[in-house]
Amino acid sequence: MSKRVGIEVSIAISEAVGLARAEVIPAYPITPQTHIVEHLSEMVANGQLDAEFVPVESEHAAMSCCCGAAAAGARVFTSSSSQGLSLMSEILYIPSTMRLPMVMVVANRAMSAPISIWNDHQDIMVQRDIGWIQTFAENGQEAVDLTIHAFKVAENRNVSLPMIVNIDGFTLSHVIEPIELPDQEDVDKYLPPFKPRYKLDPRRPITMGPVGIPEVYTEAKVAHAMAMKNSRRYILKAWKEFEEVFGRKYEPVETYRTEDAEVLLVGMGSICETAMTAVDEMRDQGQKVGLLKIRLWRPFPAQEFRKAVGKTKILAAIDRCLPPGAVCGPVGAELRSMFYKIPGAPKIFSFVAGLGGRDVTVSRFEEIVDKARAYAKKRPRELYEVIGVREK
Amino acid sequence: MANSDAIVGWKTITFGCHILEPGNSANFRTGDWRSQRPVTDKEKCIRCGMCWIFCPDMTYKQDEEGYFEADMEYCKGCGICAHECPKDAITMVPEEG
Repeated sequence: MSKRVGIEVSIAISEAVGLARAEVIPAYPITPQTHIVEHLSEMVANGQLDAEFVPVESEHAAMSCCCGAAAAGARVFTSSSSQGLSLMSEILYIPSTMRLPMVMVVANRAMSAPISIWNDHQDIMVQRDIGWIQTFAENGQEAVDLTIHAFKVAENRNVSLPMIVNIDGFTLSHVIEPIELPDQEDVDKYLPPFKPRYKLDPRRPITMGPVGIPEVYTEAKVAHAMAMKNSRRYILKAWKEFEEVFGRKYEPVETYRTEDAEVLLVGMGSICETAMTAVDEMRDQGQKVGLLKIRLWRPFPAQEFRKAVGKTKILAAIDRCLPPGAVCGPVGAELRSMFYKIPGAPKIFSFVAGLGGRDVTVSRFEEIVDKARAYAKKRPRELYEVIGVREK
Repeated sequence: MANSDAIVGWKTITFGCHILEPGNSANFRTGDWRSQRPVTDKEKCIRCGMCWIFCPDMTYKQDEEGYFEADMEYCKGCGICAHECPKDAITMVPEEG
């Protein structure tokens, strides 16, 4: 039987990677991801995990090493954050179009300047279009479960794409939570050894990563985009199998008290836990308010999202990312595009909150709901609004 | 750039854009964008093979009489052969059209 233990979420993620029997782990430490890779290096050094831990000289090297290891057919894991993730940027587009499966946990953190080690989603939104499957965890248990799920999806021969599990830095990475770590036997049942479609093998030489001349590049990119689109069914299937083996159910969009809701908050990651408390309080006051949590960010589950919205007429999209000069944050933009000119579409208002580690409290969610209701009656002057910013 | 076999739609392009057949680069005609071509004057040529040695694209082939001739499917018109020829037997002639 699996047991529920009080454990730091980062350590639990490392244990999950161990249970998944990762074979190559090239990683470079950066706050707030450090404990994940530190613990993995200990596990390898202690002989608890039979893997190659490659202590690379930078994140650029880490991701390059991941590509090489995945091309050779290994089960690959790495982890990064913020500036480190950005240093990988040049490489991140490569394994996805080359269809090299690997799993990365990103402990989400703000981008400098000013220097901030604290949590928001700006680091991953920089990498929004790298063509990796991306999920967002809300708590420690989800972080563990989504990590194991990620290997299952990424390595599915019909998917064969790299996958990122986003966990909020500090808010999740450094918190001790009661977490149920699965049994090795169950993980082995869920996750058979990785069998790649193609691998670098001198006995059967192939070329990976050649030049894509103008006559080929578009088709290569479209093939990748279609693989991403088609991955949806395998992501859902892997969650269904996860439920059968481990008993915990996951969906691409999760609803919380959305029945008859007039206003729905839309968020990703750990703020959804506070948002649920806010929804409870507002419901107690008789307000018809609910919450939609986007767990699968790429490929965006538009079908499930529309269904989850139902007949609600007001959406308040919360971005933990401020893109200067854009019409609104990436979550807001995604929802507005998705509902554009659809009959009966809800009014979508975009809010930016929780930058650089600032807490989004229950009262802030109430403020967002109040504002969304007011804007539904009288159009706001701006296309998005930053919540909790001091004006003077 | 004409290997018509490789110019396929996204449904048939190889998985991950891998090249699954080793040593197939000769299948690609890479001389399409040449602006000048080397012409060898056989009166001057001593069949020394300097053009064959120096050609960076290995386009020169030796014929039955021992003369070297550039393959226009691959020659990019760089002119190194003409520059290196000890007998000035090779002239670069502009491509027409």
